[in-house]
Amino acid sequence: MTHYLIRRTFWAFFLFVVATMITYVIFFVVPADPATLAAGKATKPEIVAHIRKMLHLNLPIYQQYWLFVWNLVRHGSFGYSFVNGLPVRTMLGQEIPVTASIVFGGVILYLAIAIPTGVISALRPRSILDRTGMVFVLVGISAPSVWIGLILLYLVGFKLGWTPIGDYCDFLPHHQIGVCSGPGQWAYHLILPWITLAVGSAALYTRLIRANVMETMTEDYVRTAHAKGASPARVLVQHVLRNSMLQVVTILGMDLGLLLGGVVFIEIVFGLPGLGQQLVQAAPRFDLPVIVGIVMFATLAVIVFNFVVDVLYAWLDPRIRLA
Amino acid sequence: MALLEVRDLHTRFRTDDGVVKAVSGVSFELDRGKTLGVVGESGSGKSVTFLTVMGLVDRKIAEVEGSVRYDGEEILGAPSSRLRHIRGRRIGMIFQDPMTSLNPVKKIGWQLEEAVLLHNDVSRDEARRRAIKALEEVEIPRADTRVDDYPHQFSGGMRQRVMIAMALINQPEVIIADEPTTALDVTTQAQILKLMKQLQDDHGAAIVMITHDLGVVAEMADDVLVMYGGRVVEQARVDDLFVKPEMPYTWGLLGSLPRLDLVASRLEQIPGQPPSLLHPPRGCAFNPRCAYAFDRCREELPELVAAPGKPNHRYRCHLDDAERERIWAAKKAALTPAEGSAA
Repeated sequence: MTHYLIRRTFWAFFLFVVATMITYVIFFVVPADPATLAAGKATKPEIVAHIRKMLHLNLPIYQQYWLFVWNLVRHGSFGYSFVNGLPVRTMLGQEIPVTASIVFGGVILYLAIAIPTGVISALRPRSILDRTGMVFVLVGISAPSVWIGLILLYLVGFKLGWTPIGDYCDFLPHHQIGVCSGPGQWAYHLILPWITLAVGSAALYTRLIRANVMETMTEDYVRTAHAKGASPARVLVQHVLRNSMLQVVTILGMDLGLLLGGVVFIEIVFGLPGLGQQLVQAAPRFDLPVIVGIVMFATLAVIVFNFVVDVLYAWLDPRIRLA
Repeated sequence: MALLEVRDLHTRFRTDDGVVKAVSGVSFELDRGKTLGVVGESGSGKSVTFLTVMGLVDRKIAEVEGSVRYDGEEILGAPSSRLRHIRGRRIGMIFQDPMTSLNPVKKIGWQLEEAVLLHNDVSRDEARRRAIKALEEVEIPRADTRVDDYPHQFSGGMRQRVMIAMALINQPEVIIADEPTTALDVTTQAQILKLMKQLQDDHGAAIVMITHDLGVVAEMADDVLVMYGGRVVEQARVDDLFVKPEMPYTWGLLGSLPRLDLVASRLEQIPGQPPSLLHPPRGCAFNPRCAYAFDRCREELPELVAAPGKPNHRYRCHLDDAERERIWAAKKAALTPAEGSAA
């Protein structure tokens, strides 16, 4: 276990360095000048030069990268946005909760749908419920989430007026005037984004869980459990479910890491100020510190969830050792 | 009264290609403390027969007919809540592949304790104590610590011992062992068989030994069922069967047994493939592979009839007594070592 942790930490560190370096390299390969963009239209060359110096864009790439690493290690700073001069840390601090709210809410929703549906479909293959479920899966997989988001927004939010048509409310209540907050408002504003995220994934996970449960049901040890005199419910809970969750956990871990990097389409459709929307804004402006910040967070998310998956693996299946 | 009495059992599976007649009219009896050997090739219906007896075939795709009486009670088609009291409590099962028959994510102890707790109103501690005792009984060294290991930490032979311990833990009256030694290497096979025999002596359980190995039958069984194409083709006391088998398939099985006391350079084999249970041959299922088949064999299924002077030795064959006598005499001469020919 200690060995495993040391190796994991080393890899996390290595991944960080590689991910940020690649971002810097791409930035310098792309022919663009953030200083000109930051200075605005029709500015004098000396102002552009001044800005370039202020942003350290006059330095060679390896020095800029070193500066970034130094500020990160020495001051815990991710730098300042080229565009509006705000600390990247502050910006991420506002955007991460938005994206995380969408992602975790959506994931919980689709697991709550997919696990029971998948298990019941597996227990009663070819039943009406199974067939209905599989139609729903096909629709869910075929429909792009942007389209689902827009349709929900139009029908539920606009035509019926049951939900807000955009905006994000903080989870923790505060007393700023004109800004909504509190868990109730937070959830109310996120219902449609959650459903949008859940539709496609619930479909995929239903199919995955159904297939895995069906396969596990044919295992010899399941027959052994029946032969011991265990009831069907007990066989399912004690012998089938845990064994059929390995693949689900793997894919869930990968999905969580990827989604936390920004659920771009959902954030844009519902006007939610999360990481995805920020990335879409920062990229064309060559706002390097912001882009690097988001890349680092996404890398961290992937690393953390891979770690969680590994630990869950070892718990789910004792044959897998954390060595 | 026999402990387990099976009458005219049929099991058919509905598949996309048609109906598979896996078991067709099987009848037999098993007495307390006796061992019944069930022999046949893969697909002869021997495993399905006993899965049906235990109610372990998938009711959604299987049609089952006939009668299974356990200790006088009809259990075929009984509700699964009733069967659960028999499974694991009064009838224990051991399966072929010990590598896959134990749940890989649960400790050995947990799996043994589950078997205890399902049928006995005892504490977890008592269940654990019984689990350790059961492991000791099947000669697993350091049972008190190994009880906390997972199946993958055991070898194949050790896992089969665990399976036996699990089948025996509630002191059942019957143990159904479905090819318990097939997946094991030869030295381990011998140990497992010896262990089963010894445990049978200690507990007095009846054993159903499903196997394709006549050697195992000769060593373990009191009575034998030979199955072919989902039917019983010969049934007898084990001594009678080995002294004078009555039909060509059994002759073939005996002829294909390796013998150390013979100089014969090649083992005899039964030509061809086991019959399709989806489209079984007309008449006797064995006729396409039988060297002695004649027209009647291709038209009419032979009845299970008693051998002359032996009401308990029954077989299916159209050949008349004299014919069978003559062929077996010739076979037997080939199977018996000639004077002074020992290698």
